Amino acid sequence: MNNEQLRDEIIRISGTNPSKCMKCGKCSGTCPAYEEMEYHPHQFVSMVQKGDIEPLLESKSIFKCLTCFACVERCPRSVEPGKLVEAVRLMLIRQKGANHFDAEDLPCLVDDDLPQQAVVSAFRKYSK
Amino acid sequence: MQRIGVFVCWCGSNIAATVDVKAVAEAAKGQPGVVFATDYQYMCSESGQTILKDAIKEYGLTGVVICSCSPRMHEATFRKAAESAGLNPYMVEIANIREQCSWIHKDMEVATEKAIILAKAAIAKVQLNKPLVAGESEVVKRALVIGGGIAGIQTALDIAEAGYKVDIVEKQPTIGGKMAQLDKTFPTLDCAACILTPKMVDVAAHENVTIYSYSEVVDVKGFVGNFTVQIKKKPRYINENLCTGCGACTEKCPMKKQPNEFNMGFDKRGAIYIPFAQAVPKLPVIDADACLMLKNGKCGLCSKICEAHAIDYTQKEEIIEERYGAIVVATGFNQIKPTQFEEYAYNTCPDVVTSLEYERLMNAAGPTKGHLQRPSDGQRPKTIVFIQCVGSRGDSCREKSYCSKICCMYTAKHAMLTKDHYPDTDIHVFYIDIRTPGKNFDEFYRRAVEQYGVDYIKGMVGKVYEENGKVMVQGSDLIDNKQITIAADMVVLASAVEPDPSARSLGTMLTASMDTNDFFTEAHAKLRPVESPTAGVFLSGMCQGPKDIPETVSQAGAAAVKVIGLLAKDKLKNNPCVAACNQSVCNGCSQCANVCPYGAITYVEKEIRTPEVREVRRVAEVNEAVCQGCGACTVTCPSSAMDLKGFTNRQIMAEVDAICR
Repeated sequence: MNNEQLRDEIIRISGTNPSKCMKCGKCSGTCPAYEEMEYHPHQFVSMVQKGDIEPLLESKSIFKCLTCFACVERCPRSVEPGKLVEAVRLMLIRQKGANHFDAEDLPCLVDDDLPQQAVVSAFRKYSK
Repeated sequence: MQRIGVFVCWCGSNIAATVDVKAVAEAAKGQPGVVFATDYQYMCSESGQTILKDAIKEYGLTGVVICSCSPRMHEATFRKAAESAGLNPYMVEIANIREQCSWIHKDMEVATEKAIILAKAAIAKVQLNKPLVAGESEVVKRALVIGGGIAGIQTALDIAEAGYKVDIVEKQPTIGGKMAQLDKTFPTLDCAACILTPKMVDVAAHENVTIYSYSEVVDVKGFVGNFTVQIKKKPRYINENLCTGCGACTEKCPMKKQPNEFNMGFDKRGAIYIPFAQAVPKLPVIDADACLMLKNGKCGLCSKICEAHAIDYTQKEEIIEERYGAIVVATGFNQIKPTQFEEYAYNTCPDVVTSLEYERLMNAAGPTKGHLQRPSDGQRPKTIVFIQCVGSRGDSCREKSYCSKICCMYTAKHAMLTKDHYPDTDIHVFYIDIRTPGKNFDEFYRRAVEQYGVDYIKGMVGKVYEENGKVMVQGSDLIDNKQITIAADMVVLASAVEPDPSARSLGTMLTASMDTNDFFTEAHAKLRPVESPTAGVFLSGMCQGPKDIPETVSQAGAAAVKVIGLLAKDKLKNNPCVAACNQSVCNGCSQCANVCPYGAITYVEKEIRTPEVREVRRVAEVNEAVCQGCGACTVTCPSSAMDLKGFTNRQIMAEVDAICR
């Protein structure tokens, strides 16, 4: 797929419209995993808009995102960057053609220090 | 059979680029009654109008169809031109092939087909047009201004100066509006009170101005030149003629725990209070929800202390009815309380305030006498974060879609005034864009950055939370591509402005149209910016859209000029497209009178003579001077007795037939 096709595919999967972004940076202002992410949420939106998807597919950022959806909740323009991150992740996972784990795999991975939200979002990321 | 001329306008390329205008003119030529058809680049221009006038004379036209822009744009222009050539102006019909055709289509073939159909419909209608003659009605030489803020005050003063009577209705106990609450005003930093309070005094003292404070408009009837308005005067429980405004009563009131609205609730007032020292009229008002005497008949202290015997606990609300020729809406705005934005902690942290609240905290006449203290512990804040665009420019249900326009400037003002008072304060401003399109505006903002060292951060705040007595502000710095956290003492939110909530019901009363944000719509965005599409209703200030004080004052003056232009006329030409009753088929059911918003329909006992019947019957009669031609009666009438001149049922059906043919 060329850049434009990649971009259109991400927009289709995510159901959001990155052109609505007014570049306020609130998503990056709110992101709890900001420091962990190589590409920050606002950059993510801008890169998707430009069709610059390849680096995102190769970046660890897509797995560092907590899927907490704070950016989705607070984005004033309803661009919902979290959904774009999830769409890139889904594209990669679909390319690999495999689910990463099932519900049965979960109990042995859970430890007491792990916040509940992390389990939920991990399941979100890897079960599709 | 009419002799019809059809004129197809190119509107430069507006129409001609999408519609084959020659083909439209050609197609029109084949229509019944059409004796002449042509096209021209700009029909509304001098030479276009000459083509129209010449054709009327040369071909003896009895009807005209102009295929052009919306009738709202140029119907009046073409009617006037036709009239000057000796044709009755109501024999002119407009086929809107711009807004309803060329502007919304891309395909020339499709657009041309539609333009031809629209032209045919108009031709079919004009076949049935009858010459109409407009009647006249008198103009009541008195204006009503609704709202007594800076917009209303300026409009009223300008109208009064021209020699016309004008009444101001203000729902608060004092005039002055939001501007009275402001500290200093950008970009020249003159103090709001110093420039506003003299105007308040002027307007109150003007012989042509009557102020109804603590009053509301509750009913509007009538039409341009002759509105009948009911004004509800809420009880102040004060005899205005006796009260001297000494304020002794306010000091003795035992119920001193009421939040003071004027100071945004930062201090308390009594149940009897004067909103602020420079209030106009300077009369106290009793808050009926807090007053012990009014609630359970015990207390009466204020009455005992009042030497003028001005306290009257038995005062009742009063309805005043007055007639006006023109109405100006100046209902102003409110700043939203950002309670829905949990990320800014406005609900939970007392040191997060809105900019209007900050305005009171800075004001020399405010609750802290101008000494900046943070609300939680009264300490002076050393680090202040300002956040822009709170609730503006968004598209979720929490936000307003528009830019509130004034925030960039007043934030720069707040930053500089704070630095002036306390130079050691650290000030950070989170912004998305800085918008300073006004005279000396950008220079003003740059001064905050360059001379005062205010730290402007391009980015938005994601989260505000309390930690160890500090207000932590986490946001992004997009230029440095960093997420930053600032430990602040105070946070000021530039939250969005919105029209006053009273605007919606008022809009309904006035039948004045509003946009989805409840701002009043102007008759034309560029060419008629201070008039509502409803004749006789004018717009002044923020009720029409966000604007700053200089803009509000200029618009207020412009609205006044329009009012003066109207009041200067002795008579107004009525719209002759009014309802008429065919009394021979009217069955007197009263349904039309029930739906008529103007009260234009009355019932009379009348002898009806037709070949079939001869009897005295109760039938509808239309007062043509009052009818506004809305057509509600014609669609309600079960026996088709009601018809609208210029838009008769037969004409409408002929248009539909022409479209379907």
